[in-house]
Amino acid sequence: MATQHSRSAARLMMAPAVFVLLVWMLVPLIMTLYFSVLDYRPMRGAFDCCVGLSNYTSFLTSSAFLDSILVTLVMVGGILAITVVGGVALALLLDKPIWGQGIVRILVIAPFFVMPTVSALVWKNMFMDPVNGLLAHLWEFFGAEPISWLSDLPLFSIILIVSWQWLPFATLILLTAIQSLDSEQLEAAEMDGAPGYSRFLWIILPHMARAITVVILIQTIFLLSIFAEIFVTTNGAFGTRTLTYLVYQRVIESQNVGLGSAGGIIAVILANIVAIFLMRIVGKNLDA
Amino acid sequence: MGRITLDKVTKRFGEVEVIPPLDLTIDDGEFVVFVGPSGCGKSTLLRLIAGLEDVSSGQIRIDGEDATQAPPAKRKLAMVFQSYALYPHMSVRKNIAFPLRMAGIDKAEQDRRIENAAKVLNLTDYLERRPGQLSGGQRQRVAIGRAIVREPAAFLFDEPLSNLDAALRVGMRLEISELHERLKTTMIYVTHDQVEAMTMADKIVVLRAGNIEQVGSPLTLYREPRNLFVAGFIGSPKMNLIDGAEAAKHGARTIGIRPEHIDVSPQAGTWEGTVGVSEHLGSDTFFHVHVDGMKEPITVRAGGEVGLHHGDKVYLTPQPERIHRFDDKGLRIA
Ligand SMILES: Nc1ncnc2c1ncn2[C@@H]1O[C@H](COP(=O)(O)OP(=O)(O)OP(=O)(O)O)[C@@H](O)[C@H]1O
Ligand SMILES: [Mg+2]
Repeated sequence: MATQHSRSAARLMMAPAVFVLLVWMLVPLIMTLYFSVLDYRPMRGAFDCCVGLSNYTSFLTSSAFLDSILVTLVMVGGILAITVVGGVALALLLDKPIWGQGIVRILVIAPFFVMPTVSALVWKNMFMDPVNGLLAHLWEFFGAEPISWLSDLPLFSIILIVSWQWLPFATLILLTAIQSLDSEQLEAAEMDGAPGYSRFLWIILPHMARAITVVILIQTIFLLSIFAEIFVTTNGAFGTRTLTYLVYQRVIESQNVGLGSAGGIIAVILANIVAIFLMRIVGKNLDA
Repeated sequence: MGRITLDKVTKRFGEVEVIPPLDLTIDDGEFVVFVGPSGCGKSTLLRLIAGLEDVSSGQIRIDGEDATQAPPAKRKLAMVFQSYALYPHMSVRKNIAFPLRMAGIDKAEQDRRIENAAKVLNLTDYLERRPGQLSGGQRQRVAIGRAIVREPAAFLFDEPLSNLDAALRVGMRLEISELHERLKTTMIYVTHDQVEAMTMADKIVVLRAGNIEQVGSPLTLYREPRNLFVAGFIGSPKMNLIDGAEAAKHGARTIGIRPEHIDVSPQAGTWEGTVGVSEHLGSDTFFHVHVDGMKEPITVRAGGEVGLHHGDKVYLTPQPERIHRFDDKGLRIA
């Protein structure tokens, strides 16, 4: 038990950290809120105080907004689907004793260490380039017409790139989940006459449910703010403009700070709604 | 039916031979207990029979059919694990139903068998709970329930009671024995607790380093241990083993006499000694007596209220017909 004395000492010692954190978080938030009620367009020299909620209404009613929501959902959903399914498959494979296990595991984790900008550039120029890309060569090798990935399948291409980056994360977490499964449970299921796929479906998958929800939760939070990959590859063209990217365009390209800030606040609110929703699901899963 | 035959079965993990060639026959309906010190290969042997490990050579026959290469599911054996190995995300009912569902048995029959098993094992009130909400003893019963609904040819138990407290262990021991009386199915039971072995078994198999030291009924092992290892392993407290001149008098390298087969007298007897530590259990008292000319103290069992104290002089007389004699190789001299 902490005594009264040690508790107040602890509070005193934590105070600087708490203060820094608060300032760190609150100052940008308050500034964004402040800008969002201004008509602030630096290039045109407009700086009108207090236009009320008009920035919000114009952001919400523009057709770009609904499109961007849809794109965000498809992108996040697609990446989640690929990383979770792929992560489960890879984790199952890596759990098997194989030759050179240590090296294989490091290789699998490697993409996570590559910066998003770098990996997007590598994918764009090395793999997806319609003339010189490796994938183009592969297609030609089989006598097929090379695909111009980033202009024909832009959304899918970005999903692919980001999935490649996040697959290691999902794999790692799911692998630890699989490894924590009591092997006697699998043996019991084997004795009970469950063939391999039944054991996966009824024993391994339920055991991993918790880890899967955690992966989904953490990834969603990070994926909602994908930026570099879009910036580097399509620049938001060809229907790859997510909510985050829309905000960026409003602020930097249109130089409309007020409208962009309003968009930013809306994005924060939406992200929080998603997070609360996901937390509920995870919470339920963690209780069981 | 459940007659299991092991024919020159061996098992090696890499270079290490854990089970040297081993022959064993387990008859239908028998309750066989494997005992032995830790690491002697009891679990390995059980897992070989279950099919969870592959044999390195030799043959396993179940009801006369070669099952050496058969997968565990095809052997019609059910196993109860030391950790229970219940499926934590399924209710007790679903746990028990799992093997039936895997066998494709229809719903009505599943329910009938589950109700039956639950009644036998006193689980009716817990069917909708998760394993995490049960006590150790209840989990153990669920594990047994999951085994009996399959109506297997034989049950395999790997130290099923070792996670339970002493009182519960006695209760479950009786329940398993009763279950065996009722089902009359072959049971193979691994333990290192010799009380469990003595009380439950029709036949005890004593293992040491993968070798079978002796096979026999509990009383055979008690009365006629084949060698020093079995003599020391079966019986509690341990048999007194005496070397040297005293053994030579009986024409043996070593003689053994159980604590309960020594008469104690304050006046006269074969061996003279002084009382050391005494352990009072109420019904019995165990005295450790230091006999002149012997290295180890002799353990003696006396009645509950014998008035002997630390330092008292006593005379011990082994009952002559109960003396076990062993030769240079540690084998019993008939
Ligand atoms: N997978 C394995 N790989 C290598 N050696 C093993 C393996 N499994 C068991 N062994 C070895 O085989 C021997 C017998 O093990 P086993 O588990 O059968 O002992 P046991 O009699 O059940 O012991 P306990 O009473 O402690 O459970 C041990 O020396 C153990 O180290
Ligand atoms: Mg064991």
